[in-house]
Amino acid sequence: MRKVSVNEIIKSVREMCISAACDLPADVEKLIKDAVKVEESHFGRYSLEKIVKNVELARKEHAPMCQDTGIVVIFAEIGQEVQIIDGHFEDAINEGVRQGYEEGYLRKSVVEDPVLNRKNTGDNTPAVIYTEIVPGDKIKIQVLPKGAGSENMGALKMLKPAEGLEGIKDFVIKSVTQAGGNPCPPVIVGVGIGGTMDKCALLAKKALARSAGEPHPNQEYAALEKELLEKINKLGIGPQGFGGKVTALAVHIETYPTHIATMPVSVNLNCHAARHKEVVL
Amino acid sequence: MSEIKKLTTPLTEEQIKGLKAGDQVSITGVIYTARDAAHKIMVDAIAQGEDLPVNLENQVIYYAGPTPAKPGKVIGSCGPTTSGRMDAYSKAMIEQGLKGMIGKGPRSKEVIEAMKEYGVVYFAAIGGAAALIADSVKEAEVIAFPELGPEAIRRLKVEDYPCIVAIDSEGNNLYEIGVQQFKEE
Repeated sequence: MRKVSVNEIIKSVREMCISAACDLPADVEKLIKDAVKVEESHFGRYSLEKIVKNVELARKEHAPMCQDTGIVVIFAEIGQEVQIIDGHFEDAINEGVRQGYEEGYLRKSVVEDPVLNRKNTGDNTPAVIYTEIVPGDKIKIQVLPKGAGSENMGALKMLKPAEGLEGIKDFVIKSVTQAGGNPCPPVIVGVGIGGTMDKCALLAKKALARSAGEPHPNQEYAALEKELLEKINKLGIGPQGFGGKVTALAVHIETYPTHIATMPVSVNLNCHAARHKEVVL
Repeated sequence: MSEIKKLTTPLTEEQIKGLKAGDQVSITGVIYTARDAAHKIMVDAIAQGEDLPVNLENQVIYYAGPTPAKPGKVIGSCGPTTSGRMDAYSKAMIEQGLKGMIGKGPRSKEVIEAMKEYGVVYFAAIGGAAALIADSVKEAEVIAFPELGPEAIRRLKVEDYPCIVAIDSEGNNLYEIGVQQFKEE
């Protein structure tokens, strides 16, 4: 049994929270720079150029690229041959978030109760944590700080199997259309298909953790991603919703087997500041 | 594209009338940050007939909640938040004399009608470009609701803050005009 101390987890999460806020991953930055080249609208290009400049400035000055440094979503894959020692896993994640948001001068955006007492917890905890037990003796932790401007535009629908592929496409396009300029386009569109209602929403979020623009391993789903991206970019919404050719940078689909009677589909949008970091311990 | 129009706050009727959707502007002067929670408190106060912490007459509100300032800086990263969440409160604010709003994303019909009636302009800043925008902020001071943390009301002194007129006081709307122009099929 390999032992991993929670202190390593705390340190990694702390560092990833800070670097995620200030340093946009190369995969997303490349897609934004490619978008500048194809965007035809004046305000679309203007927005994209400012976004590129902002990304570069944030990295240079170690400043958060967006003031909404998000609620932290964690995807952890824990090898079943790992023993976590010196403390509790979820406490360690939250301690890492607490330290990262304090030391990194990041905005604390979490309230302790969603309705009755929307009092800021003051340290951006708790994170939203998903763990999966996998073979092996490693721990993989992905950190996705998720801003609410884009999160608010997510949607889920329980389709009938008879609605088929067309029903899925219509729902995705409708969701992006309704979101318009709100989620800070160009967006990355996470699509979950299958499972149950809850699993489906999680799949859409997991789709956002994929390297930006990387196609689905199944060719037919990869083709569907491409088709949806093309359709979305014909909607005219454009960067910031000012009109233009680039509304989305990528569409990522994740699927799971489902019940004979159902076909859930969900959409989770990420803004152009599609922050994601990961570490393997 | 047209040159950048320089604006100073508080906004005058003349300045507002001269602005058209799609104009690029730069704003210099005092603006106030306020977002969801601060708006709720202020609109509740208006309903109770109480005084607001800010006299909104001819003022500009910026929908923003900055990151904490690093040592030696006046403010942290400071981009716009989604304006649509403030739609429920904006008419009441406009009735108090508010003349400008800065945020990102489209507005409701009700807000646009109030803007036309009272001569108000809505500016869009670039969502996410928060590190860049912070360079325009020269002074920042929390003036109300410090307990709200990032949602507290701040008085900002800005210089050459770059924005786009997204919806003008006649209701012309860049979010509709721009999208129509590029929509295919």
